Amino acid sequence: MKEYKTITEISGPLVFVSDVSGVSYNEIVEVMLPDGERRKGQVLDVSEKIAVVQVFGPTAGISSGQTTVRFLGETMRLGLSSDMLGRAFTGLGEPRDKGPRIIPKEKVDINGLPINPYSRELPNEFIQTGISTIDGMNTLVRGQKLPIFSGAGLPHNQLAVQIARQAKVRGSGEKFAVVFAAVGITHEESSFFIRDFEKTGALENAVLFLNLADDPSVERIITPRLALTTAEYLAYEQGMHVLVLITDMTNYCEALREISSARQEVPGRRGYPGYMYTDLSTIYERAGRVRGSKGSVTQIPVLTMPGDDKTHPIADLTGYITEGQILLSRDLHRKNIYPPVDPLPSLSRLMNLGIGGTKTREDHKGASDQLYAAYANGRDLRSLSSVVGEEALSEVDRKYLKFADEFEKKFVMQGQYEDRTIERSLEISWDLMSILPEAELKRVKKEHIEKYMARTKRS
Amino acid sequence: MANKKDEGYIKRISGPVVEAYLPTARLYDVARVGDLKILGEVIRIVGTTSIIQVYEDTSGLKPGEPVFSTGEPLSVELGPGILQNIYDGIQRPLETIEKESGGVFIKRGIEAPPLDRKKKWDFKATVKKGDKIKKGDIIGTVQETDLIEHRILSPYEGKVEAIKSGNFTVEEEVARISHEGKKYGVKMYQRWFVRKSRPVIEKFPPNIPLVTGQRVIDTFFPIAKGGTACIPGPFGSGKTVTQQSLAKYSDTQIVVYIGCGERGNEMTEVLKEFPELKDPNTGKPLMQRTVLIANTSNMPVAAREASVYTGVTIAEYFRDMGYDVALMADSTSRWAEAMREIGGRLEEMPGEEGYPAYLARRLAEFYERAGRVRCLCSEKEERYGSVTIIGAVSPPGGDISEPVSQNTLRVTKVFLALDASLAYRRHFPAINWLKSYTLYAESLEEWMGTNISTDFTKMVKDAMIMLQKEAELQEVVQLVGPDALPEKEQAILLVTKMLREDYLQQNAYSDLDARCSFKKQYMMLKSIMKFWDLTSSNLERGVQLKKIADIPSVKAIGRMKEIAKMEEFDKLQKEMDGNFEMLKQ
Repeated sequence: MKEYKTITEISGPLVFVSDVSGVSYNEIVEVMLPDGERRKGQVLDVSEKIAVVQVFGPTAGISSGQTTVRFLGETMRLGLSSDMLGRAFTGLGEPRDKGPRIIPKEKVDINGLPINPYSRELPNEFIQTGISTIDGMNTLVRGQKLPIFSGAGLPHNQLAVQIARQAKVRGSGEKFAVVFAAVGITHEESSFFIRDFEKTGALENAVLFLNLADDPSVERIITPRLALTTAEYLAYEQGMHVLVLITDMTNYCEALREISSARQEVPGRRGYPGYMYTDLSTIYERAGRVRGSKGSVTQIPVLTMPGDDKTHPIADLTGYITEGQILLSRDLHRKNIYPPVDPLPSLSRLMNLGIGGTKTREDHKGASDQLYAAYANGRDLRSLSSVVGEEALSEVDRKYLKFADEFEKKFVMQGQYEDRTIERSLEISWDLMSILPEAELKRVKKEHIEKYMARTKRS
Repeated sequence: MANKKDEGYIKRISGPVVEAYLPTARLYDVARVGDLKILGEVIRIVGTTSIIQVYEDTSGLKPGEPVFSTGEPLSVELGPGILQNIYDGIQRPLETIEKESGGVFIKRGIEAPPLDRKKKWDFKATVKKGDKIKKGDIIGTVQETDLIEHRILSPYEGKVEAIKSGNFTVEEEVARISHEGKKYGVKMYQRWFVRKSRPVIEKFPPNIPLVTGQRVIDTFFPIAKGGTACIPGPFGSGKTVTQQSLAKYSDTQIVVYIGCGERGNEMTEVLKEFPELKDPNTGKPLMQRTVLIANTSNMPVAAREASVYTGVTIAEYFRDMGYDVALMADSTSRWAEAMREIGGRLEEMPGEEGYPAYLARRLAEFYERAGRVRCLCSEKEERYGSVTIIGAVSPPGGDISEPVSQNTLRVTKVFLALDASLAYRRHFPAINWLKSYTLYAESLEEWMGTNISTDFTKMVKDAMIMLQKEAELQEVVQLVGPDALPEKEQAILLVTKMLREDYLQQNAYSDLDARCSFKKQYMMLKSIMKFWDLTSSNLERGVQLKKIADIPSVKAIGRMKEIAKMEEFDKLQKEMDGNFEMLKQ
């Protein structure tokens, strides 16, 4: 172990140590202040003489003479064990609850390794979240990464908790776990999650990593990686099906920008670093199913779009990596509709793999396409009718208007504790489709109309 | 092995960029870095210092660890065994990596030969002892898969001294060629530098279409064989689905699919789907004519930069055998971002939006490797092949004013504009017919005239004019409602709705509709245009539009997609005549 007292420069979260030798890239360091306080850090850049260290925590109090930097000779690792279930940790992986330290079964590099695309299994098992707009129109499957795109003040946390509470693969009694990473959220928000996990008994099958708003922002780079390393361990070593919730990825990206600017790197769009896409992908791509293992990692990251702008770099780059998105709409929220999921810009790219005859029901695809097309039409007509008046519309068009209203009230809207089966969601869709003349139902098969529409009418 | 003098040591590490003391290295030489001997490429030389972009994660490397240069630029192995394979960005077979890693994660420092060294191939010589051959001549063939005959091209010119048919591995010598007193042994595989295009005799103007089976493309925005096309679009607008449809249904013999910085699960979908999909002509799995290159977004960024070159070099190799090759690059934006990321690490002066100043040149060089060519070989053996490049672009926020889109548009000839709002209403393929364009329409006119029908080009133009008219009319409708329009204009809306829903929309999940032959496209379009002609003449005669909209032919047109036999179109058109005849009474 090598120790140096040769700090030459301190700039934001970065510390420059000179006259070092044998230091490796990405190595973990311990910075010891004169008063005995210890902080961790990581090597970001190393040459023959100088090592640039990024300190996890404030750099206040570090001085160029009395502070010692100790290089630990290994990259950032996390000790893993199934005893972690039911426990809460800090954003750096130290116990945060009153429980004992974890005795690790193995120690793993938190950056993980890329999954070989050849070794992946196709995600195709339907996860029922009990939320109609997701199950019916943007179906989640095991091994998918499906973010929630939200805005400040929208109920994304409630939705995330509801998904964590209700998500299940039907007809399987397999082991299920939730890994929760709080990245820079407030104490109030984090206690909302913990309370809910406690109340529903989900806590004993959950692992929590909490980096709160007043914790050092550099830690935020580490927290999601700890969560995913734990998730991979539980999934691929312990054979569990793991749901990873990360909130809020916007804070993660802000931390990334902060470090990038401290390193005086060439900024990309809106000051975010040019490698943000690659960096985000090393988080999001750690979802999936792999050959030879029963478990799976499903990711639901939450991000708040600054200014509700879907083209903001954070949302934009995320959308290019993840397999779709669940978009929350301020308009629906204002109409008092929970969950305010706007189905039109929402998307699940893996939906078609997880639905249909044996997985959900034969009419699922057609019904979903029909709801999409009809609701899109109804919304267009809404803006038209606000110009020309409802009277000027044809009879069919007025039916579409009615459809759009009913769709929002009956299909989108549901209670925070309402757990709808997929059959129930489809039943509601057929009920809604019956508002429209049968000739307009071009996306559903004729035999399905006969089979399901009639059934709904009868009951 | 490398000489002692080719060795050096690491001086600095910053992400995927390593500086090393390496006095003998040449630019673009491949280097082995550190104790793990991970692969890298020299991308800049300053005095005795080489700057190396490393193809794997650099965590744990230390200054002082050894580096040595292999003395050779990055190259790919070309020979039997390349088809049906899935490679990473620097042509390491992912299947072998799985075995070597002993798990599902890609470990560092794994070396794996791209072509199977043990497998024996049945080589059939096609030249005899004493024959004079030139570079690029076929000296023998291997039936690599049921679909594709792999033609072994001679890398040398001269006289055949010896050649033998039989079962050999790729490393065994199958022929001996002498030239000007020197003798060369020929194996079934050769190596080629990825950043250098393979030579050809001549490039031809693009005048044969690439038949894709997608109506909106073949009819309205045709791509030429040997041409270039780009597909920009925001996320969720169906870029990947469009690329995959093209890969599945286009009439090329070989498909090279590069997943460059894209999703892992998406590559898995391709991997699972292609072996199950049948080649429409032979019924064999499509995988037998496919090479996949998967460098997903979380795999090393430098290998992502190399992946498009690896792909295009493989495509050129099959072109040289006389095949038509389609190269799909999904997505070139990720490639450009890899260049930006590495440029940033090198502290280069950035150009627009942080991209390096050489972005435009690199993009142009890449697309220039497309073309329909006369392959390199002696005069007696005339051979033609083509590489068509179709690149997806993922502009941030869907705004194509950014540098990658703009520089791509300057070099590609077909622009297929994907539109998120079409995708929302489940109009697939979500290609916007008003924004897209093709510059091949004129050069393909002659082919369409002789192979489809002389009136095809005119029909397409008429249909396009109507679709443009529709956009204007829709603006009016937004203000006053559809009933306020004169009947003639309402009729245009009726017909353009047919064009949109019954022609442009295509169902990728329907067996009959996923791939639409040119003949069927012609018959479908003709039926719609005939309906329009009859409608307008009947309107002039005073028939009400409402009555026309109710005739059975309207529904019949709506079901055209599911027609399997061409005779049914004659029936449909006859019935249409009958329907309109009835209206006269």
